[in-house]
Amino acid sequence: MKLNLKIWRQKNAANKGAFKSYTVDANTHMSFLEMLDVLNESLIAKKEEPVAFDHDCREGICGACSMVIDGQPHGPWKGTTTCQLHMREFKDGETITIEPFRARSFPVVKDLVVDRSAFDRIIQAGGYISVNTGQAPDGNSTPVEKEQSSLAFEAAACIGCGACVAACPNASAMLFVSAKVSHLGLLPQGQVEHSDRVLNMVHQMDEEGFGRCSNVTACEAECPKEISVANIARLNRAYFGAALSSEKEV
Amino acid sequence: MKLDGKVPAGELAEKWTTYKSTCPIVAPHNKRKLDVIVVGTGLAGASAAASLAELGYNVKSFTFHDSPRRAHSIAAQGGINAAKNYANDGDSVYRLFYDTIKGGDYRAREGNVHRLAEVSNDIIDQCVAQGVPFAREYGGLLETRSFGGVQVSRTFYARGQTGQQLLIGAYQALSRQIHTGKVEMFNRHEMLDVVIIDGKARGIITRNLLNGKIERFGAHAVILATGGYGNVFYLSTNAMNCNVTAAWRAVKRGALMANPCYTQIHPTCIPVSGDYQSKLTLMSESLRNDGRVWVPQKMDDVKAIREGKKKPVDIPEADRDYYLERRYPSFGNLVPRDVASRAAKIACDEGRGVNASGLAVFLDFASAIQRYGISQAHTHGLENPDKATITRLGEEVIEEKYGNLFQMYEKITGDNPYKTPMMIFPAVHYTMGGLWVDYNLETNIPGLFALGEANFSDHGANRLGASALMQGLADGYFVIPYTIGSFLAGEIRNDKVDTNHDAFAQAEKDVQDRLSRLMNIGGNQSVESFHRRLGLTMWDYCGMARNEEGLIKARQIIRDLREEFYKDLYVPGTLDEFNPELEKANRVADFMELGEMMVVDALQRRESCGGHFREECQSESGEAQRNDEEFTYVSAWGWTDTDRDPELHKEELVFENVELKTRSYA
Repeated sequence: MKLNLKIWRQKNAANKGAFKSYTVDANTHMSFLEMLDVLNESLIAKKEEPVAFDHDCREGICGACSMVIDGQPHGPWKGTTTCQLHMREFKDGETITIEPFRARSFPVVKDLVVDRSAFDRIIQAGGYISVNTGQAPDGNSTPVEKEQSSLAFEAAACIGCGACVAACPNASAMLFVSAKVSHLGLLPQGQVEHSDRVLNMVHQMDEEGFGRCSNVTACEAECPKEISVANIARLNRAYFGAALSSEKEV
Repeated sequence: MKLDGKVPAGELAEKWTTYKSTCPIVAPHNKRKLDVIVVGTGLAGASAAASLAELGYNVKSFTFHDSPRRAHSIAAQGGINAAKNYANDGDSVYRLFYDTIKGGDYRAREGNVHRLAEVSNDIIDQCVAQGVPFAREYGGLLETRSFGGVQVSRTFYARGQTGQQLLIGAYQALSRQIHTGKVEMFNRHEMLDVVIIDGKARGIITRNLLNGKIERFGAHAVILATGGYGNVFYLSTNAMNCNVTAAWRAVKRGALMANPCYTQIHPTCIPVSGDYQSKLTLMSESLRNDGRVWVPQKMDDVKAIREGKKKPVDIPEADRDYYLERRYPSFGNLVPRDVASRAAKIACDEGRGVNASGLAVFLDFASAIQRYGISQAHTHGLENPDKATITRLGEEVIEEKYGNLFQMYEKITGDNPYKTPMMIFPAVHYTMGGLWVDYNLETNIPGLFALGEANFSDHGANRLGASALMQGLADGYFVIPYTIGSFLAGEIRNDKVDTNHDAFAQAEKDVQDRLSRLMNIGGNQSVESFHRRLGLTMWDYCGMARNEEGLIKARQIIRDLREEFYKDLYVPGTLDEFNPELEKANRVADFMELGEMMVVDALQRRESCGGHFREECQSESGEAQRNDEEFTYVSAWGWTDTDRDPELHKEELVFENVELKTRSYA
């Protein structure tokens, strides 16, 4: 199959970017990133600069791959990262537009690569349970209800890719933050720090310049791990409770 | 060089306890003065960095990823072993120790492996406390399942994403220490050399991948937790950026590489489908709890399946060969990986492979779906349920257990594994070999430590499933915090390391020269094309089966390829910018040298053991045949020069507690 690609090219954060058109020979068995590999090999053969994109595990779990494909973060397949998208989705002769995740808090590094370290800083602000190595009681000392543990797991399945931010018209990071707050807050082990965690993570989210949530729920629709917006409801509840009851200034 | 494993004296079960009570330790006020560099943020690196910072050391942590959470530990699917015996099925520390030694085909150090089994239980406790959402029973307690090579149920898991959940736990612990300022985190920094002053590791040279800046970092000790080198084969289940560079730079500075030829070929991966393919995808070993491996018995059926004239469900039970159940009745489909992989190879070599290329076997869930369906129907009080109900109920159980794996399989292949068996084939997955370390996890260079897959220490010639996560976290959380003290206790009088030292200047210059050289070759071929050719050579001659003639041939091919690489490589872009092609070129250059060392090691080891199968050394039934008299040692190789043989150092393996036997799973 022959495809036309319109790809965002940008040398670095300081330079302005622009779309550039390419054609590539692909086949339907390839993954989307393998199709880009083929394009890059053809560019290198012509001694042109290959397209930079983040990627690593290529099995949908590391969260490195990003990019917006025809207007959708991670492309058209539901619950799928870019690296798991396969070319059988596309038709011969089709034009595909590829651009980076766009958000003020995710500055472009080069071409399709963006800087998502804001997410790390949000976790550093409180996305953990404070337990030093060696302090833990026996794993079975606190039973956790299966259903509750399952909900925590589903929130913990977040891969930190940032598609929720890219999908949101406000570039809000609420789905990401709420997934972490829910994961830890749903477990008995996470209770002690629950209030502080919520306040600190939300504070850092605001510091990083992410937008407000206006309940568009595009984040849930585009999330490759199908993280539910029910987590945002949990976050709002927890934040409200913590803000009202906290001894600290909010 | 005399290699001393430094395993403490005394009874096996007392060694670690005695060590912990008597090893040198560093007082809190001195810990604050000592700096430690940790390279890599996977399970071993992140857990080590967090734990050392908690103790009070000043830690600098490095990853080439954009975030420490991306390390490839995240992709581990099936689970983590521990000797908790929660299942009340007869498990114990000794049994985990014994299974690991036997699974490794008696090529690992007893003392290290016993310690691993001892701390395994602490890992589960620690992870639960961190909020790792392990699978649970209805009563709220932790659930376990079985993995290959064992007869107990000791594998803890979080659906098919155990590695992700454990890594997030370690990443969160690390993030907490970054927040306190005890860990300074450097993302997108790739280590390109280790700096040695007066015989001790004193720092590293890194390249900032965003702007190409070469930087120096000093510390009193350096820990490498940089993973394995499976990507030397180009196609593997490793992530695209996994590489050997950090470990190999250490080898070039005098560290020894142990058992480099011990490679784990994982039996259940999605088969190769085209020459554009960039990587292979694992289907977790946990699937062999419920999946049955088979190929047709009749060649007519094989032909019909390949041509699409018959579907797998059309083959009657009597005409299927469940070859693992037939050959290994006591372990069945849960034989260790090396055994399962070779059996698949044999079936395909006989011409019974079931896809167009003839390189695939079936992994079938139909009987498990039936079994679970009937049991669920009973639980729900359904009398005389119809077939469709049983299937639906059974599929629900399978989905609960392996949902994400089935989904992943369908996305890649377009086939629905609930309805038709998966097609699988072995692929490179893990490397048991790695930097030689002693009981302290210290390499032969004082102050240089290696953790996790980057070292060679615990898995012998074959790693058991769900033991990599266990080892990575054991090393990082529970071993290095003690053992690094035996080195750092001698460092308390030493000031901060001065990065203006000549050794830093020299190492920095070496790095710059090397990168410039790659950049300035000005040839015509891409890095990728060289890497593919190297990988193919490694797979063909140093893969699932090896023989003398092939290995000798491979060595020459690799040498020729390396020469061509340095004559005709083309790297686009510049040195001082974000340049993924340059990163790859630098890594492939190291793979070219490592590949040759692997071949040399495989040639030297004229026996079959675990993942290393020498065709000359097999029993009549095709099982691996060890030669304990000649080869009960660790091969630790020292770098000499590009055109010379590496130097072999032997560490004899002493077995005081386990009797060396022919490994049998029949």
